[in-house]
Amino acid sequence: MAPVDAAALLAGALLLLGPAALVLGPRRAAAIYAAAALLCALVAGLGLTALLTGATSTTVLPIGLPWLGAHLRLDPLAAVFTLLLGLGGAAASLSAIGYFRHEPAPMRVLPFFPAFLGAMLAVLIADDAFSFLMSWEVMSLLSWALVMVHHREAETRTAGFVYLMMAAFGTMALLLAFGLMAGPAGGYGFDAIRAVPRSPLVTAVILGLMLLGAGSKAGLAPLHVWLPLAHPAAPSPVSALMSAVMTKVALYAFLRVVFDLMGPAAWWASPVVILLGAATAVLGILLAMIETDIKRVLACSTIENIGVIFAAVGLAMAFRADGMPAAAALALTAALFHAFNHMAMKSLLFLGAGAVLGATGTRMLDRMGGLIHRMPVTAALMLLGVTAIAALPPLNGFASEWLVFQAVLLSPGLPQPVLQMLVPAAGGLLALAAALAAAAFVRLYGVAFLGRPRSDAAATAPEADRPTLIAMGALGALCVFAGLLPGIVLDALAPVSAQLTGANLPQQAGQPWLTLVPIAATRSTYNGLLVAIFIAISGGLVAVAVHRFASRALRRAPAWDCGFPLNDPTTQYGAGSFAQPLRRVLGAPLLGARETVLMPPPGDLSPARLTVSVGDPVWQALYAPLAQGVTRLSIWANRFQFLTIRRYLSLVFASLVLLLLGLTLWA
Amino acid sequence: MTHLPLDIAHLLAGGLVLVSFLMIYQNRLSALLDVFAFHAVVLSASVAWQAQLQQAPDLYITAAIALIFKAGVIPSALGRIVRNLGIHREVETVVGTGQTMLAGMGLVALSILLMMRITAGADPLAREDLAFALAVVLLGLLMMVTRRNAVSQVVGFMSLENGLILAAAGAKGMPLVVEISVAFSILIAFIVIGVFLFRIRERFDTVDIAAMDDFRGDQK
Repeated sequence: MAPVDAAALLAGALLLLGPAALVLGPRRAAAIYAAAALLCALVAGLGLTALLTGATSTTVLPIGLPWLGAHLRLDPLAAVFTLLLGLGGAAASLSAIGYFRHEPAPMRVLPFFPAFLGAMLAVLIADDAFSFLMSWEVMSLLSWALVMVHHREAETRTAGFVYLMMAAFGTMALLLAFGLMAGPAGGYGFDAIRAVPRSPLVTAVILGLMLLGAGSKAGLAPLHVWLPLAHPAAPSPVSALMSAVMTKVALYAFLRVVFDLMGPAAWWASPVVILLGAATAVLGILLAMIETDIKRVLACSTIENIGVIFAAVGLAMAFRADGMPAAAALALTAALFHAFNHMAMKSLLFLGAGAVLGATGTRMLDRMGGLIHRMPVTAALMLLGVTAIAALPPLNGFASEWLVFQAVLLSPGLPQPVLQMLVPAAGGLLALAAALAAAAFVRLYGVAFLGRPRSDAAATAPEADRPTLIAMGALGALCVFAGLLPGIVLDALAPVSAQLTGANLPQQAGQPWLTLVPIAATRSTYNGLLVAIFIAISGGLVAVAVHRFASRALRRAPAWDCGFPLNDPTTQYGAGSFAQPLRRVLGAPLLGARETVLMPPPGDLSPARLTVSVGDPVWQALYAPLAQGVTRLSIWANRFQFLTIRRYLSLVFASLVLLLLGLTLWA
Repeated sequence: MTHLPLDIAHLLAGGLVLVSFLMIYQNRLSALLDVFAFHAVVLSASVAWQAQLQQAPDLYITAAIALIFKAGVIPSALGRIVRNLGIHREVETVVGTGQTMLAGMGLVALSILLMMRITAGADPLAREDLAFALAVVLLGLLMMVTRRNAVSQVVGFMSLENGLILAAAGAKGMPLVVEISVAFSILIAFIVIGVFLFRIRERFDTVDIAAMDDFRGDQK
């Protein structure tokens, strides 16, 4: 059986698991999630095999449009995302076994969850526009259903509405893009689309539509507004899937069209993508820095990482357009590697956030604290996750961001002065985003897990359930593996860069000491393993030295008296106070953050209040006027609801006469 | 003299348009019904002439249906309704007759211009017939729009349908089945509308459709 047939079978099985869940009912929920996890593990295995062999297999199923059928294809690009989907899906499904045990409405999740996985797989293996868009829409709708699980909360309904709007808008853009690519001949198979020659203008329009369509699903600014709403509203395994995997499916769509289907783009298209990516990264991480809801922080950090990935993709486009295939391969590999890493660490973090939410019953960082004592395993794994996503060596986040910066450093070789100036500037923005990410995740971890508990629920939080811990452990192991041995991952990604850019990085397996050599050994190299060993040895030595040479004299003093004259846990640093310096420096000009202090008049015993208001500038500038316009238009159109019969007839008559007039005057 | 048959066909079709104008001009219900009966008679004559011209005997059946139902049964039934309702003297227009006539002339001009343009290659008989038929349809619609009494709206609707039949007779070879089904659907529409008229009358003491708007439970 060819790999693509196996992939089609697995997608079908996952899609059918949804209706099967309806029949089997909530009592077999664990078995269904376990089956989904198993199928996802198979998907991951299939993706890995297809990627390692680097082979392409195609098949045509007799479903879908009668004259087209469903063309399916599993090539290296699809394989790497299949691997990603399999790993993320398996972890989320495993965690779902434990997480949804206490779900009050299990049937609102159970049928949609495996089908959502199946739909994403179908998007990855689709090889014609019809099956692609069909699967894409099924994926969007199923994820919407999963966002709406707790539909009685007004917040969730708002999130669901915004998400549905964005999804519909994105699909419309994709529809137009594919329509434009199919051209007047209307060949909707990807083979036919590849064969059509296009003018640079058409290519640019397609690229713009893809930025809208795939970007709205991935969370590219200014289409990112649904992520901080929808990801917290969904149950945590679903958030993990949407944030870690579905955004990657959107990335896949973008890569598939831009690098494979639409043909070469002009160089001037790439700075748009680079700048959008860098701006998204900074905006996302600033929002993450300021948000006080743990899942919103994670959702905003997803925006940041998507920005980093898209900036690297834009770099790859620039290098490819300027005939520098090796550099393009580096940037593209960096993007794919970061996508892989982000899948692992964001799944880990969202599952951990779900565990914390389940244990404390709140998503507010300011009601957590001290969880490292109550949930030691979760805390240890979350530490791994935040270290990785804060891009600290020796974990995987550092390795991929380092590769992105290596690609940025190749920009002086570009012939266009615009790019020569702009790429380092974008690199600066990315560096800023990386630094802010470290701050944001120190804040997240410190406020949630360290210090003293800020609420009774946090003080009595139980450890997470076993399946979730296993899933998190596996993801953590993945982070460590990709961080210590990035060369293996890069070698595995070689067929993709060969497929899309026609070039490869130097073979990493043969490098001495498992060093990462992106360009040449004489330029820059990185060795995660050595860094890890160095950190371990130096950390150990410091620990020994501290214990050996520090004073052992017993001192008694009030514990932490300098910071805590009162015994109230709210005197600790909170999420808001930790963010204050950055909020004042960057938040005020960029996000319109405002602080108002309400002092009671003298003699009044009520407490003073500090209120912080932060808005997403994109929402204020773009979406609010849009929503107002739509409302105004609908109020105006609503008048047509209340006309008399004769007026309706007159409208029909007038439009008929107008059309006839048009026909008469048509030249 | 070879043009005579075509000329007569034109005369009859143009006569139908003229009678449509008469209907628009008539603002009293009982007179309107009489003109409508005359409209059907002219239609029937026109269709019969077409039948003779095209050697299509089944068109005679169409003509007979038009004569019996449209010139006989329906006007007399509507007349009974009007008398039963006691509204046969009612004057009812929304727009003045003058403006309506002007608008109607515009519509006739529009339909002739349109048909001359888009059927350039077709048989001349069919071309001009189609132009007249479209004019009759548009005039029927105009009548529905400018009247406020439900009965005259029914009449407008019926005259619109007459235009359709004229078009169908002009275009050679419309199957009889289609005609009969169209005729029956019109008949059923007539019955339904008639029943509705009585129901409306029972409820609101008037068949002025403006009265119904008050009962829709929403603002105007």
